[in-house]
Amino acid sequence: MTRESLINTALFLMLPLTAGAAWMLDEPFIITLATKVAILALAGVGLNIALGLGGLVSLGHAAFFGIGGYAMGILAHHAQNYTPLMEAPFLIEGTNAMPIIWLVAVIAGALAALAIGALSLRTSGVYFIMITLAFGQMLYYFAISWPAYGGEDGLSIYVRNGFPGLNTLDPVQFFAIAFVILAVTLFAAGRLAASAFGLALSAARQNAVRVETVGLSPYRLRLLAFVISGAITALAGALFADLNRFVSPTMFSWQMSGEIMIFVILGGVGRLYGPVAGAALFILLEHVLGGLSDFWHVYLGILLLLVVLFARGGMIGSLAGREVAHD
Amino acid sequence: MSTILLIEQVLNGLQFGVMLFLMAAGLTLIFGVMGLINLAHGSLYMIGAFAAAAVAGATGSFLLAIIASLAAAAAAGALVELVVIRRLYDRDHLDQVLATFALILIFSEGTRWVFGSFPLFLDIPAALSGPVMLPGGIQYPAYRLLIIAIGLLIAFGLFQLIAKTRIGIQIRAGESDREMIAALGVDISKLYTIVFALGAGLAGLAGALVGAIQSVQVGMGEPVLILAFVVIVIGGIGSIKGALVGALLVGLTDTLGGVLLPGFFATFMEPSAATAVGSSLASMSIYILMAGVLLFRPTGLYGTA
Amino acid sequence: MTEPLLDIRGLTKSFGALVATDDVSLTLRPGEIHALIGPNGAGKSTLIKQIAGGLPSDAGEVWFAGQNVTKLTTVARSRAGLGRTFQISSLAMEFTVLQNAVLGALGQRGTIWRFFSPVMKNPELRAAAMAALERVGLADHAGTRTAELSHGQRRLLEVAVALTLKPRVFLMDEPMAGLGAEGSKGLTTFLDDLRREAPILLVEHDMDAVFALADRISVLVYGKVIATGTAEQIKSNRDVREAYLGEEEAL
Repeated sequence: MTRESLINTALFLMLPLTAGAAWMLDEPFIITLATKVAILALAGVGLNIALGLGGLVSLGHAAFFGIGGYAMGILAHHAQNYTPLMEAPFLIEGTNAMPIIWLVAVIAGALAALAIGALSLRTSGVYFIMITLAFGQMLYYFAISWPAYGGEDGLSIYVRNGFPGLNTLDPVQFFAIAFVILAVTLFAAGRLAASAFGLALSAARQNAVRVETVGLSPYRLRLLAFVISGAITALAGALFADLNRFVSPTMFSWQMSGEIMIFVILGGVGRLYGPVAGAALFILLEHVLGGLSDFWHVYLGILLLLVVLFARGGMIGSLAGREVAHD
Repeated sequence: MSTILLIEQVLNGLQFGVMLFLMAAGLTLIFGVMGLINLAHGSLYMIGAFAAAAVAGATGSFLLAIIASLAAAAAAGALVELVVIRRLYDRDHLDQVLATFALILIFSEGTRWVFGSFPLFLDIPAALSGPVMLPGGIQYPAYRLLIIAIGLLIAFGLFQLIAKTRIGIQIRAGESDREMIAALGVDISKLYTIVFALGAGLAGLAGALVGAIQSVQVGMGEPVLILAFVVIVIGGIGSIKGALVGALLVGLTDTLGGVLLPGFFATFMEPSAATAVGSSLASMSIYILMAGVLLFRPTGLYGTA
Repeated sequence: MTEPLLDIRGLTKSFGALVATDDVSLTLRPGEIHALIGPNGAGKSTLIKQIAGGLPSDAGEVWFAGQNVTKLTTVARSRAGLGRTFQISSLAMEFTVLQNAVLGALGQRGTIWRFFSPVMKNPELRAAAMAALERVGLADHAGTRTAELSHGQRRLLEVAVALTLKPRVFLMDEPMAGLGAEGSKGLTTFLDDLRREAPILLVEHDMDAVFALADRISVLVYGKVIATGTAEQIKSNRDVREAYLGEEEAL
């Protein structure tokens, strides 16, 4: 086992161990924190496919996070009010079944990523960063100005959505759901990185001309990576909204995009488990520093600045050595 | 809609546009010369506004407040450039994004720490607070008219600076060939600090001028920053002319869209639905404009590469 | 005379006032090595870009295997069988040597839309990649990170990646540069054989290699082809001696 895979295993086990211990000690708040880490890590795993593997610096992933959140919010809102979502041309009812909500979130996120990506990927570099940021902001303002689903105030969902055979209101069972989804996604993302598609995508990040010369289109590779990335982040958004039983335009805000990116960076760009480490560190800091000072973002900013300037591999990079592992 | 109202809205759009230009000009210069994407530009806007509000509160002088906004933002810009930004020129865009994002966190929370969470207010001086009568019987606030004038004046000054002065020549040389200006014996790091401080000063000035119309609060800079990005994407990175054209386009689209679209939809929809659809679409209009420009000119209207 | 596989007709490209290539026409027939020589700045690299794609021409056409490919993208031309190597190595530097070669094999087979099976464990792709590495003598370095290769080794890897593409035509932009005397000799022998697989349009500064290999030579000066012919014809051509070899001797 390499050092990085040891660290990964430890990171992976950390979440269920924490949640399990909290369950035995009857500390539901800690379980909720662990759930939050798992969900935010999932959003980071999504971004990492675009950012780490594809080199696409998207500063607008809150768009997909928010779309996932609103997919949950809108479906559950209609289910709790017993109003149909749409009557013509055919009837669509709301739902509070998680699997359906997830499916809708994933599809909506993928479609949004397809539209945003198709436009944004016509450019590269700093244009791409600004454009993704702008599209994220567009959805933010749209959510604020669209009155049907709460506008600026957002939507509250009174009862957490259901999953067949589980009591989702029990914190530890909801944690299990989030963790299993994270685990499955991590496994799939790992396979993706090592696949033919992953190799070509990674090559396009390093040298787009090379990829063209072997007869592959960097644009298509990147667009698909962006779609997969958006879909995963949307799924995380749906879970996050379910965790809070609330969705509001802040899920679309540029700060959210920045935070998802921080998870990836604090952990280490391009490292499979980077977002898990990053999200865990972020939530830990939020609670440790947030307890010390209302202005903990100052410390977070300083820490982030130090990581960027002096520890570019992030946490996993510092612990496991700078180089990303190669097959 | 009456012609007078329409002209008023066009003027509002112009006023918004020239303010965006002050932000976008600095951003595009900094990117053009140093290759740096600076997310913290919105913080400099905020610093300008807070400095102006603080000085106006202490002295009661609006002019001093405006000077303070320029000075404080330029000084903060120079300081940040010396301490942090210059370590980022050779880094990739991702590092630049993260480091300047970190600066936003530090500046925003730091300001909240010092000034608290409540908005401050910066009063328009009495002499400028009333309306002026324009030809055609249009009444328009004198202060907003002054903003348009200042913005256009600065735009003119910037064009002259870039075209005619020594530093302008260095800036243009820096945009086309960085090694070249070093070879010409220009002190690059000094040039970079000056350009950064110049951009920061413009952002601070914009913050103060707008702060007098709206309120001065933490987080006021970032929405403007993102709009300035839209401006740059539309105008083309590195082009001052593009920044001006883009800023006016965005300012006018945003202002007129908000006024005209609900009315437009009301011609064939129920009033409440028309307001909802119209205002939602209006909130998206500048992004739709950006998407349209991207489809036909991926490098913006005046972009080269 | 056999039909040319690659037929360049009147390609022209100017950058502002500078005419980089001016009505260039040349052909590449099956089984031949056609060398393109000329002083620095003559427009050789511009021409290669126009042929391979990536730089649209102001005028002229590129015909490949009887088809007009002038309007096709780089990707489409690569797929059609134009295999290119670069003057400045253009490789994925973080990858191992083998990964770079597998990428080529992947492109050639078009099996890119696979998301779940580990590509480096695919026996078929590995075999194709290793075979290409062996042919250029890089098999021992398969596990080395590309960034750690010497300059000359990177040139060889460029050639190996082009081999994995199984192209119908090779476009090689100064493959000998930086190889050293020994390396150049080895690559010369290799290219000598390679022409039987696919003809080579060879841009090269190493005159020993050019005269040893080329069936035909075209001389490009200020964007114009001033002469095309066998090595002997070129050596004795007065225009060439004046415009090009003369310069070299004067140096």
